[in-house]
Amino acid sequence: MWTSVLLTTLSMSGISVALAVVILVAERFLNDYGTVKVDINGGAKTLEAQGGASLLSTLASHQVFLPSACGGKATCGLCKVKVLEGGGTLLPTEEPYLTPAERAAGMRLACQLKVKRDLKIEVPEALFSIQEFKTRIERIDDLTYDIKGYRFALLDPPAISFKAGQYVQLYSEPYGQVKECVFRAYSMAQPPSDEKAVELYLRLVPDGVVTTWAHTRLKVGDPVRLSGPYGEFYLRGNCKDLVLIAGGSGLAPIRSLVYDIVEKGLPYTMTFFFGAVSKRDLYALDEFHGIAAKHPNFRFVPALSKPAPDDGWTGEVGLITEVVDRHVPDAVDREAYLCGSPGMLNACINVLTKKGFGNDRIFFDKFA
Amino acid sequence: MNAAPAISPFVIFLASIFTSNMILSNFLGTCSFIAVSSEFKTASGLGKSVTMIMVLTNMINWLVYKFLILPLHLENLALIIFIIVIAALVQIVEMAMDRFLPDLYIKLGIFLPLITVNCAILGATLFMVIRNYDFWQSTLFGLGSGLGWWLAISALAAIREKMARTKLPKGLEGPAITFVITGLMALAFIGFSGIFTIQ
Repeated sequence: MWTSVLLTTLSMSGISVALAVVILVAERFLNDYGTVKVDINGGAKTLEAQGGASLLSTLASHQVFLPSACGGKATCGLCKVKVLEGGGTLLPTEEPYLTPAERAAGMRLACQLKVKRDLKIEVPEALFSIQEFKTRIERIDDLTYDIKGYRFALLDPPAISFKAGQYVQLYSEPYGQVKECVFRAYSMAQPPSDEKAVELYLRLVPDGVVTTWAHTRLKVGDPVRLSGPYGEFYLRGNCKDLVLIAGGSGLAPIRSLVYDIVEKGLPYTMTFFFGAVSKRDLYALDEFHGIAAKHPNFRFVPALSKPAPDDGWTGEVGLITEVVDRHVPDAVDREAYLCGSPGMLNACINVLTKKGFGNDRIFFDKFA
Repeated sequence: MNAAPAISPFVIFLASIFTSNMILSNFLGTCSFIAVSSEFKTASGLGKSVTMIMVLTNMINWLVYKFLILPLHLENLALIIFIIVIAALVQIVEMAMDRFLPDLYIKLGIFLPLITVNCAILGATLFMVIRNYDFWQSTLFGLGSGLGWWLAISALAAIREKMARTKLPKGLEGPAITFVITGLMALAFIGFSGIFTIQ
């Protein structure tokens, strides 16, 4: 009895093992497509990988992360990439996720495309360089009564490469009633030349999970997780004159943009409108007045909509829209970059549109 | 193992194509027969892979039966062993096809792994065991059964392609008319009966 149980078990295991070995050996020889070159974005990055795996996992193993919610089962359709060369024919599993226009453009699902030969692909620039950063807080500044400036020193990876105006996602840790990690997007305030750190300006939002966490829990030296860079808000540079408009913590990406242009000595003239209610909402005035004093191509126009009686305010007064209306004569050779609350943004876009700015001349960050 | 029947392997080969056709007289492997028979090219491709797998599984399973199952008295496990052998083989054929015949691999898609559970394949193995075939009888039986299956599915696909533009009563569309056609084809194949007898 026991011998037959033992014999049966052993022989079944033996057969399974033997077949598994045969399959593995076959895979070794049949699935060996050699080293394959993947060219991303016309040579912006090339990687050499072992062929035979899906494009999604091949890219991920080389630190290029495509979004994928299903983990490579062709059920979410998020991992679309444009394949220019070497993709072969469209698979039946991909068909439901691609429109005729996308098929014509060469879009494929990276999780279904098996890397067999050299590939030329295009991924959105933003995805291409997104990384997750381990950081430590280097400095916290009180900028106004409700805005704090944070400087995160990057530990791993040690540097970030981004375009001025882009944003990062800040991950909060569980605290108090909040049991999970939450992330929110914040624009970087430092210029791209300052690549060893990330600076963020956070306004305390009433009941905001991440800003409350940052304002009440974070101390200098704390470890923090960030990911980025993301976003399409950066200098296009098609016009000579730049109209920059910010309110509150929306100053951050504009600051990055201004420093970037000044440092590189780019030939733009800039007018920066910084709007606030009263003097207690303003910050970084000395800094921007200092830049304006040194660089004749930069003009700084802070404006208060309701200066308090004891503010002693001698600058511009009025809603930021009125101030912009007074200072910007027309749209000729001008581009506008906006960052602030949605209300302020919409009002400013209205004013600029009336002055003749087209959609292709107004850039704003909708996360702000 | 009893002595093998005294039938020439060649007779078994012809019989398994015409008189004992896997589909049309044994009605095995009907699922993919119905599902993949709307386009001649694909159906023919599937027929080829079924044929190839049937020959290989019959050869390997015969060896496994003769040199492993019988000496170790594992007859009660024969079924499960046959199935895992078929599964492993299909896996390897799939990889080979992906490598050397990528177009057909893409065409067959999900039906290639589904050959694993194609009852015609397991049927061929079990018939060969029940009928005590020797190695060459088994091999040619596998080849004949595969070719017979290929012939049947290609014929059906060709008929369905011809019929594609025919207006049918609603209730007869799709699988329904396919079953009717299959039945008629089976009736036609009865014409071959009596030429050879192997079962």
